[in-house]
Amino acid sequence: MLKFDHVSKRYADAGDALLDVSFDLKQGEIAFLTGHSGAGKSTLLKLIAMMELCSRGHILLDGQNLNKVSEKQIPFIRRKLGIIFQDNKLLQDRTIFDNVALPLIVSGYGYREIRRRVRAALDKVGLLNKEKKYPLALSGGEQQRVGIARAVVNKPRLILADEPTGNLDPELSTEVMQLFEQFQKVGVTVLIASHDVHLLSQMGHRVLTLDHGQLKAS
Amino acid sequence: MKHKPRLQKNRSSSNFSEKSQAYLHIHAHALFSSLGRLVRNPFTSAMTIMVMAITISLASGFYLFVVNLQQLTGNVESTNQISLFLKSTVSEKAAKKLAYKISAKNKIETVKFISKDQALEEFKAYSGFGDALNVLDINPLPAVIQVLPKNTLDDIQSIESLMAELSQLYQVDFAQLDMQWIKRLQSMMQLMQRGVFLLTLLLSFAVLFITGNTIRLELQNRRDEVLIAKLVGATHSFIQRPFLYTGFWLGILSGLVAWTIVTIMMIILQGPIERLSGLYDGAFDVSYLGFIETVILMGIAAFLGVLGAWGVLHYQLKQIKPE
Repeated sequence: MLKFDHVSKRYADAGDALLDVSFDLKQGEIAFLTGHSGAGKSTLLKLIAMMELCSRGHILLDGQNLNKVSEKQIPFIRRKLGIIFQDNKLLQDRTIFDNVALPLIVSGYGYREIRRRVRAALDKVGLLNKEKKYPLALSGGEQQRVGIARAVVNKPRLILADEPTGNLDPELSTEVMQLFEQFQKVGVTVLIASHDVHLLSQMGHRVLTLDHGQLKAS
Repeated sequence: MKHKPRLQKNRSSSNFSEKSQAYLHIHAHALFSSLGRLVRNPFTSAMTIMVMAITISLASGFYLFVVNLQQLTGNVESTNQISLFLKSTVSEKAAKKLAYKISAKNKIETVKFISKDQALEEFKAYSGFGDALNVLDINPLPAVIQVLPKNTLDDIQSIESLMAELSQLYQVDFAQLDMQWIKRLQSMMQLMQRGVFLLTLLLSFAVLFITGNTIRLELQNRRDEVLIAKLVGATHSFIQRPFLYTGFWLGILSGLVAWTIVTIMMIILQGPIERLSGLYDGAFDVSYLGFIETVILMGIAAFLGVLGAWGVLHYQLKQIKPE
């Protein structure tokens, strides 16, 4: 599903962010990406989301080499992904429904299909009754779950989550993680960047540890 | 949540009409939401539209001015010279002497003497009354001295004073001034036409830059939205669509306002123009922007709006990258 093959990323001003990273994620696998801050977690996620290109090596997503993807194809690669951000990145001037619908609208779905899928996704994260509200009317945990609903509404093959529990208390964090496990069960691959060591040990999933850009344990 | 890949595939490929409907829906949504955005910021929108409208009305107003002036000059056909019609008592010899005397004056460029007989021949040739004239015993036509003043006399006053001076001569029955300023005006018209073209070109660029800058600001205000749309897989054309429609609305609305400005100006100017027209025997009507001209005006305005937006989007959208 996702394969890193001797991937390095070097920034002109900051030096090596990733150095010779290789790993494999199977379909339906869930994995944590951890490491100290600046270890390269975000860089790794950015490479998958095609926000950056790697300097050396190859990244294969669903068998497609991301180095060979043209600028015009990037949107279509991103449609295979569901990305969850630490700061949610919700649009404050749009309702919850509209926020969650965005990935479907940009993909050109019809209104009936959008409505059906958005409600299903909101139902999944337990926020169906909030669809007409605006993000600011929701608590931090609820906003994070809206972000998750938006990430899964397009039925992605791979979910990328960047510190999804960073702003949540332990109880909510566990809830969010349980959501990810539910997606995993229906065949979605999940990659979660987190430095919440306590949570990681609790869950018992595969852990990829980065240290100064290098993969320590897999 | 059960995974049903086959069902999903059927749904997306077979339902073409729903997809095309969705596409139209996206367009309609972009069209009206961009208008909605303009309406929700009435002050900013109005200022932008007014600046654009004034720019456009400058070009179209000047255009209309020239069109009207062209009508005015088109109706007056004339050359540049003073014709001195001599008294019938003046002999041909005396007339020739006079012509020579006049040609010696320093204000005069050339002098042409047309004798009574020459005048008759010319008249026969051009009037079509040749046979009728043969019936006449005497030649009723006067001899004429055509005087072409020097080019240095380029104002009407000095030409008129020259004419007055010449008509004082006792041999001269009456003098007629063929106004050269009409000719000059005509070439001035050509100059002005080119001027209108250049001005329109220049002001078009102004409109482009105004729209471009407005769209640039709008893009900055909606940066987050653009970033998120990019991250969830929006294509370049999806993202730029509402902005292009904003450009379209700015263009068409300022075209509309410009049309109103020009029409109001023409209504104000109609009185004086009609008085001027009266001096030319009411030879022309005041021209307003006609239907086709209005359509062209709107079309150009809308096109410039979209083009200005597109130019900015082309460069700026690439620079907005998710981080």
